[in-house]
Amino acid sequence: MDYAFDFALVVETFPILMRGFLVTLELWLPSLAIGLAAGLVLALARLSRSRLLRGGSLVYIELFRDTPVLIQLIWFYYAFPILIGVQLSPFTAALLGLALNTSAYGAEIFRGGIQSIARGQWEGAKALGMRHADMLRRIILPQVFKLMLPAFTNRAVEVAKMSSLASVLSVHELMYQGRLLSSTYYRPFEILTTVAVVYFVLIYPATFLSMTLERRMAGKG
Amino acid sequence: MQDPIMPVSILPASQVPAPPILQVSGLHKWFGTLHVLQGIDFSVAAGERVAIIGGSGSGKSTFLRCLNFMEMPTSGRIALDGTPLGRASAGKPDEVRYPESELCRVRERVGMVFQQFNLFPHMTVLENAMEGLVTVKRMKKAEARERALRELDKVGLGNKTDVYPGRLSGGQQQRVAIARALAMEPEILLFDEPTSSLDPELVGEVLRVIRQLAEEGRTMLLVTHELGFAYHFATKVIFLADGVFHEVGTPDEVLKHPRQERTRAFLERFTEFSF
Repeated sequence: MDYAFDFALVVETFPILMRGFLVTLELWLPSLAIGLAAGLVLALARLSRSRLLRGGSLVYIELFRDTPVLIQLIWFYYAFPILIGVQLSPFTAALLGLALNTSAYGAEIFRGGIQSIARGQWEGAKALGMRHADMLRRIILPQVFKLMLPAFTNRAVEVAKMSSLASVLSVHELMYQGRLLSSTYYRPFEILTTVAVVYFVLIYPATFLSMTLERRMAGKG
Repeated sequence: MQDPIMPVSILPASQVPAPPILQVSGLHKWFGTLHVLQGIDFSVAAGERVAIIGGSGSGKSTFLRCLNFMEMPTSGRIALDGTPLGRASAGKPDEVRYPESELCRVRERVGMVFQQFNLFPHMTVLENAMEGLVTVKRMKKAEARERALRELDKVGLGNKTDVYPGRLSGGQQQRVAIARALAMEPEILLFDEPTSSLDPELVGEVLRVIRQLAEEGRTMLLVTHELGFAYHFATKVIFLADGVFHEVGTPDEVLKHPRQERTRAFLERFTEFSF
């Protein structure tokens, strides 16, 4: 192999990639937080006694799970102005798309988790005189978080990688900067390898943290 | 260590009939097309200890679970201290509505111990016993801790406070569950086959705790297959079959001199049991 890897280019373009990295972070963490919080609400709607809430949440979840994320992002950018006359910035459209998509998947994780908790846990709490909301908050959800930590980690990793799709809306995140630089310098190998390494450095600590947490919690109970 | 099946019925039981603290009238429970409880009228006075026996599927657990509304009665009324629970809708006396807040207050006063313990696995023994006090009674942590420790001491687990339930034997778990229920200071305690899922050698330690509660004069209802224990524990025994009370009386009347053929047939199946 006589290809000479141009390290100087990597060093030179690194500050620009770092700017993209920051935008990726700004997309990733908020969309994950909003998505999981909304996912919990959706899961409770899926499990509620009201047929309207069950049906509505089911339609929402399936719409987001059964269509490509790429289309969802583009849709929020282009369809919103047409439908409701509000033009979102590319960043807001991407953030919204990622958050709502995450909420649909998060809802299924929460629902599966809640349903996997033995009925006796609800009964033990109920027999103490707890209200439904307290049972969820004190007894059920803490066990769901623990049980579903691997699934939540998976989702977090997926969202981090999904955020690269925001580049099609010209959000200046890591992937966008990478593509721009590689076409400017005609050096896709150097640039995109660096981009991949940066994604890895971003995502690996999250999975490591989750593994550590899982191990620590396995010690209990 | 005392034998778990030492008689407690020889303890001075209150001779003066106390007013009923729990009253059940016309209780029916349907599961779909299955008529599990077919019209039960019943009352418990303070200090009474009631043992409920019967074959599996007789409705005895369902009956007990209706008393703290773990199961909702299909029809009939339950009264605590003379106050009927729930609100009957006008014109339809059979349709009783129960607001969540009222059910929560009832369950605070009527505690329950389950066959499967139902301890919270993500909390330590002490946290389990404190949970109802902190979350339901809104008690200060320090105060709740003190009371929880007192009850854990009483069931002999004062030295296991920081352990998670998964590390305990079944008998120890059930004793924690009893302490958790006791901490709420309920007026009535319901035991739903508390020893049925225990290894035989662990049954004794749980029965000893229940016996100790009997000595304190607590009002208790116990669904059990331990007929020997029921005989010594109870002030009243109920034989339930096909969703009705077939025979009700003192332990002597029901367990030693049953009048009903059905009761006799049931008792004969417990060959190993002796008083």
